[in-house]
Amino acid sequence: MADTKPEVYIAGIGQTNVGELWSLSLRDLGVQAIRAAIKDAGGLQPQAIFVGNMLAASASHQANLGALLCEWAGLKGAEGTTAEAADASGGAALRMAYTAIRSGMVDVALVVGVEKATDVLDSDIDSLSVRTLDSDYEAAEGLTPIGQSALLMQRYIYENQVEREALAAFPMLAHANAVNNPHAMYRKPLALETYLKAGMLAEPFNLYDIAPLADGAAAVLLARREVVPQNLNHPLVRIAGSSLVTDRFALHDRSDPLFFEAAAVSVQRACQQAGITPAQADFFEYADITTLHAVLSLEAAGFTPRGHGWRLAFDHARWQKQPLPVATLGGHKARGNPLGAAGVYQAVEACLQLRGEAGASQVLQARIGMIQALAGTGSTAVTHILVRAEE
Amino acid sequence: MINEHEHQHEAESLLLQPQRPVGIIGYGAYVPRYRLPAKEIARIWGAGDEGLPVIEKAVAGLDEDVITMSIEAARNALKRAGIDPRELRAVWVGSESHPYAVKPSGTVVAEAIGASPHIQAGDWEFACKAGTEAIVAGIGLVGSGMGKYALAIGMDTAQGKPGDALEYTASSGGAAYIIGPAEEALATIEATYSYVTDTPDFWRREHAVYPEHGQRFTGEPAYFQHITSAARTMLTATGLKPADFTYAVFHQPNTKFPQRVAKELGFTPEQIKAGLLTPMIGNTYSGSALIGLSAILDVAKPGDLILMTSYGSGAGSDVFVIRVQEPIRERQGKALSTQDYITRRTEIDYATYVRFRGEITVK
Repeated sequence: MADTKPEVYIAGIGQTNVGELWSLSLRDLGVQAIRAAIKDAGGLQPQAIFVGNMLAASASHQANLGALLCEWAGLKGAEGTTAEAADASGGAALRMAYTAIRSGMVDVALVVGVEKATDVLDSDIDSLSVRTLDSDYEAAEGLTPIGQSALLMQRYIYENQVEREALAAFPMLAHANAVNNPHAMYRKPLALETYLKAGMLAEPFNLYDIAPLADGAAAVLLARREVVPQNLNHPLVRIAGSSLVTDRFALHDRSDPLFFEAAAVSVQRACQQAGITPAQADFFEYADITTLHAVLSLEAAGFTPRGHGWRLAFDHARWQKQPLPVATLGGHKARGNPLGAAGVYQAVEACLQLRGEAGASQVLQARIGMIQALAGTGSTAVTHILVRAEE
Repeated sequence: MINEHEHQHEAESLLLQPQRPVGIIGYGAYVPRYRLPAKEIARIWGAGDEGLPVIEKAVAGLDEDVITMSIEAARNALKRAGIDPRELRAVWVGSESHPYAVKPSGTVVAEAIGASPHIQAGDWEFACKAGTEAIVAGIGLVGSGMGKYALAIGMDTAQGKPGDALEYTASSGGAAYIIGPAEEALATIEATYSYVTDTPDFWRREHAVYPEHGQRFTGEPAYFQHITSAARTMLTATGLKPADFTYAVFHQPNTKFPQRVAKELGFTPEQIKAGLLTPMIGNTYSGSALIGLSAILDVAKPGDLILMTSYGSGAGSDVFVIRVQEPIRERQGKALSTQDYITRRTEIDYATYVRFRGEITVK
């Protein structure tokens, strides 16, 4: 039977700078991104907004972001709710907006990811982030998300005889790409020597192995084709595949903790829906929350055999020849990691690539992009396949 | 469009200038002799030796506090001023570590130096700029003709929570200044300006032993924003350029901040070298900019122009344009120099430090 469900298009995008935005509040950021996306879509008004956010209820003392942002963005009366899936909240909000339109219930839906992560002290953010782990069985043991990832990285290094220096290429690549992203937090190249002398934060992660937490908001406006204004000055992007998959929640319950199974399955499902293989993607925006996440995401998607993900970045120069560009505008590492907004930044950045608007970081002839948001050590994975819509 | 002249006119109206010209007629520094190396602190907390904010910091001895150290500095200032302490009409101590919450430090200091009883003696508090606030008040007292001389002191035995980033820098020391008529001054104060906002970057609540801070928020929106705003307004108002100054000194909470803010404002490393003491003595809080100035006055020559900009969390900056005058020559040598105190050095270990600072609970 032919698929008669509506196709979903991204008609507009918007983003604020990413960084320590102390003069802007949660609502300022959210409204800026929303207004920018609506404007980019020729003024198309959303019937519903889906907010991706992880920490507002605790770090910003603010819940019910749907009602808050609808009103302040001038959308009073619209449907508005928050999607929460830890670090993958932005990807989850995108998935919810997508299903709303795909189901035929909504014609125009806006996704906004927003986070204020720098208004609280580092130690407080740590204790808030712990809430994304299994409270009874992981957090109670004193684990933090970064600490848990560091333990996994130790295991990965042990199992695969990783040359420590090789891991430098991941943050170096991210920083090199962020130089050309005006919205990125760190627009400076990273030298190997700088990486090697950086202070250790959680063995084996040094300062540059962990994406910096940041403030920021990004938005994408989704619509069925028929309602998109005709005369937009940019190409449309179609969401060809969408999948959200969960894994066993606690890391210790997984038979193979060094394999992000949810990530692997979500890639398979999203690609299957889009009718492509992962290898056909022209670029991959992965969730490089830490260097471990970058390595295991590449392995889960099947871009490299198990235990070889670290080699993909071994020689920085080799990336230029790699068939697969990643973190094309800096990734979490150098664009900055605005937690619940990160997944929406990935969508915005993929659209810039597919529209040919990525400036000096443009992936040549980019037609298909894959983006993936991850929660914790892969307990939730959200993968989307975005395709440039041909006229 | 507003032209440069209008900008200058607008800024000029913001300057704090007295009716009667005033200046510094005497100054004196004090730094306690004990030194705790940053590496020793890093050893205790398992931190690396890389990127420590200072080399070492000065630590007050068991029998020292803001009052005793203020007395030392005040005596040096009196020696240079060559006046009878009974001629002082104010003894003002700016600090964030006054020994008493209620009962002034100023009364004890005044009594010890022989200045009481015909004086004002309130204490000043504005995080690290309490000392320069006292100087501005002194300018007002003398410049209005209410009194001939005022003693203003910035002194601290700063508190750094064990294990906190501030433990490396929070130190003890400061300087005292006697403000008097310009005719008697070793350096005249040409103008001052203050820039103050409500910025919660660093604070200590009532009954709290240690201050808290907003980590990186203490940088850009706090220290840098206030110092650059104050200094730029002063430069615009006076029409002076960084190159016109022989020396500049900025509040120095660590080694990097004053170097960076100097560069941002267009000052050279040479201009700030004489007053940059933090690497060797740490951050003396209310004494920080003031002891940098005393080190500069120790080596300055008549005609030299000095820019001093303090910074206090909470937050604000006081900026001063100071011109060195002829009497400096004969007054520099009348008391111990700032460097004399810095080179007088007894190294201590962390255990001795916690004993001196009263961190060991014995009852």
